[in-house]
Amino acid sequence: MQAAKLNRRALLKSGAGLAGLAAGSGAITGFPYIMAQEPKVLRYLGTAVNEGDDISKKCLADTGIKIEYITATTDDVTKRVVTQPNSFDVLDTEYFSLKKLVPSGNILPLNARKIKEFNNITPVFTKGELPNGKKIGNQGTAPWKVMYLEGEKSTKFATKPTDFVTLIPTVYNADTLGIRPDLIKRPITSWAELLNKEFKGKAAILNIPSIGIMDAAMVVEATGQHKYADKGNMTRAEIDLTMKIMTEAKKAGQFRAFWKDFNESVNLMASGETVIQSMWSPAVTKVRSMGVPCVFQPLKEGYRSWASGFCVSKAVNGKKLEWAYEFVNWFLSGWAGAYLNRQGYYSAVLSTAKANMAPYEWAYWMEGKPATQDIKGPDGGLLEKAGATRDGGSYDDRMGNVACWNAVMDENDYMVRKWNEFIAA
Amino acid sequence: MKSHLTPLIAWLQAGPMMLVFALFFLLPLAFVVTVSFWDYNEYEMIPSFTTRGYADTFEGCLAELPGLCTILKTYLETVKLCFLVWLLTLLIGFTVAYFLAFHVHSKTWQIVLSLLCTIPFWTSNVIRMIAWIPLLGRNGLVNRGLLGLGAIDAPLEWLLFSEFAVVLALVHLFTFFMVVPIFNSMIRIDRRLVEAAYDAGATGWQTLCNVIIPLAKPGIVIGSIFVITIVMGDFITIGVMGGQQIASAGKMIEVRLNALQFPAAAANAVILLGVTFLIITALSRLVDIRKEL
Repeated sequence: MQAAKLNRRALLKSGAGLAGLAAGSGAITGFPYIMAQEPKVLRYLGTAVNEGDDISKKCLADTGIKIEYITATTDDVTKRVVTQPNSFDVLDTEYFSLKKLVPSGNILPLNARKIKEFNNITPVFTKGELPNGKKIGNQGTAPWKVMYLEGEKSTKFATKPTDFVTLIPTVYNADTLGIRPDLIKRPITSWAELLNKEFKGKAAILNIPSIGIMDAAMVVEATGQHKYADKGNMTRAEIDLTMKIMTEAKKAGQFRAFWKDFNESVNLMASGETVIQSMWSPAVTKVRSMGVPCVFQPLKEGYRSWASGFCVSKAVNGKKLEWAYEFVNWFLSGWAGAYLNRQGYYSAVLSTAKANMAPYEWAYWMEGKPATQDIKGPDGGLLEKAGATRDGGSYDDRMGNVACWNAVMDENDYMVRKWNEFIAA
Repeated sequence: MKSHLTPLIAWLQAGPMMLVFALFFLLPLAFVVTVSFWDYNEYEMIPSFTTRGYADTFEGCLAELPGLCTILKTYLETVKLCFLVWLLTLLIGFTVAYFLAFHVHSKTWQIVLSLLCTIPFWTSNVIRMIAWIPLLGRNGLVNRGLLGLGAIDAPLEWLLFSEFAVVLALVHLFTFFMVVPIFNSMIRIDRRLVEAAYDAGATGWQTLCNVIIPLAKPGIVIGSIFVITIVMGDFITIGVMGGQQIASAGKMIEVRLNALQFPAAAANAVILLGVTFLIITALSRLVDIRKEL
């Protein structure tokens, strides 16, 4: 329903846009120009994270490519790629789902040589380090582990860089716990606080099993009960231990609810049903914009990070493939990057995004400095007053403290069964 | 001549429905049953016969005795919620239907009042769910009211994200499915039977138990079938109102589906279908609906 509406709206708008473009570009020159240009349309499958109307509008104006969004939840995107590869052209998905998508053979890698800014993509993706050379956490499905394929038609991840890139990175972030400072009234510095009895009945975690269990693992490690070799790839014994600790907490009434949807997390926090929970950066912003104090709290054990990017369906070839490259190149050329940065995410090519942001914006979002003027969101609405600093500070402070990445485990099947057991307990 | 044509006409009449039923119910169902015996890996189904989907589902059921394994716990919870919702919707639905059938005499008003019962369906599921938070939440209307009256010292936590909340939301939604068939049965009760019972010296209670309830039985059973089948398969309402912390048969299937484990999900679906079918069979043993209609 939502997707259908979006499409119709996008269609109407872009129809008008195309007409304007045709008039403006000098295509109407007085003599009969019979061969009308084929409309450039790309069906874009992804979650709502990157799918802004503003982005598709700007893209149409700059490149003439009409983006038709197909919006689904993370799980449904994966399901659709595996079962209906012909129903989309460009795929926007997270790196951790590649472990399921690549072996299915339903997606095609993009050629790094055709991506203009490829060499300017942040080393976070290509080398697992910050621009200043600091190494970052590599537990879980870190992007650089699944970034390259051995060949164009290969379904095997290459250990060294090749020309065949599974996903051209677009957006990523470092996730942590959101808290209500006005209700907690003391500093929170550790993931262990999620299971602190003080917050009994006022805590929440994410109800996506593969991500929820990693937040749980951060807590288990923080309380010193176990040190994981890789939180994103647990052994069966580790899954058992993690779920046992979480089950005890659940039975004791620690959790108010588990949330799955962006709006659910905003509602829980804004209404005070929870005071500490796993959260996403823009959800915290949303709560704050409702006038409710909420902090995306940096914690000493670090962040759980995620990243997403573009590839194409195996059904895409010829002109569509060229448009896809044109679209991806446009996406990395700066305007979209600046847009994402202003939402509190991070863009893959920092240099082009920086050129599209005002210096004070860059200083606030990326350098962790106090805002010298009011900070506005991409829609122009006021986000922060002058003088505010970003939770967690600079890009280097946040991305440099990533402890693990969203993941699909080798023991995924076992983990899912254990998750059902946890819910039933 | 006529005797030759009658069966043909009967087949023609039933034909379209049979076709739809076969294409959109029996065929997909056959696929689900088939897939439930397939194998799978991280990203695809493997069409080879295995009972893995079932074996995984019943994992630990013998080993954990006398404790309950995941699936038994889940079904126990689902059946319990189902029973509570059934009982409450029956009591409320019966009362409402009784009022509509015997106390409201104008046909217009009967229609208007029945339409009022559909109000819970006027908004989308999501909106309805979110709307409970300001009402039942920790800082919600009910808690603030009770605190203001001095009836409680601290907010009642069990109002929301609890079994209470789940049952409340389900009853609120599905009472309508009880009201309609029971009302339909009651409206067709010959009023002279009630008068006869009265003339024979029966008390109001006796009339209710010996005349009205037996005659309204088909409506009760049909309403019960509606409510039970819907609640057994529900996972959205149970999920949202239970804060995703209450297990349900539907939820188990959803978790499996989201992990792309289609055969395991299909096996769970077959089990759910079997359990629901058993309950419905038991119910129709009580009343032969075809005979009563």
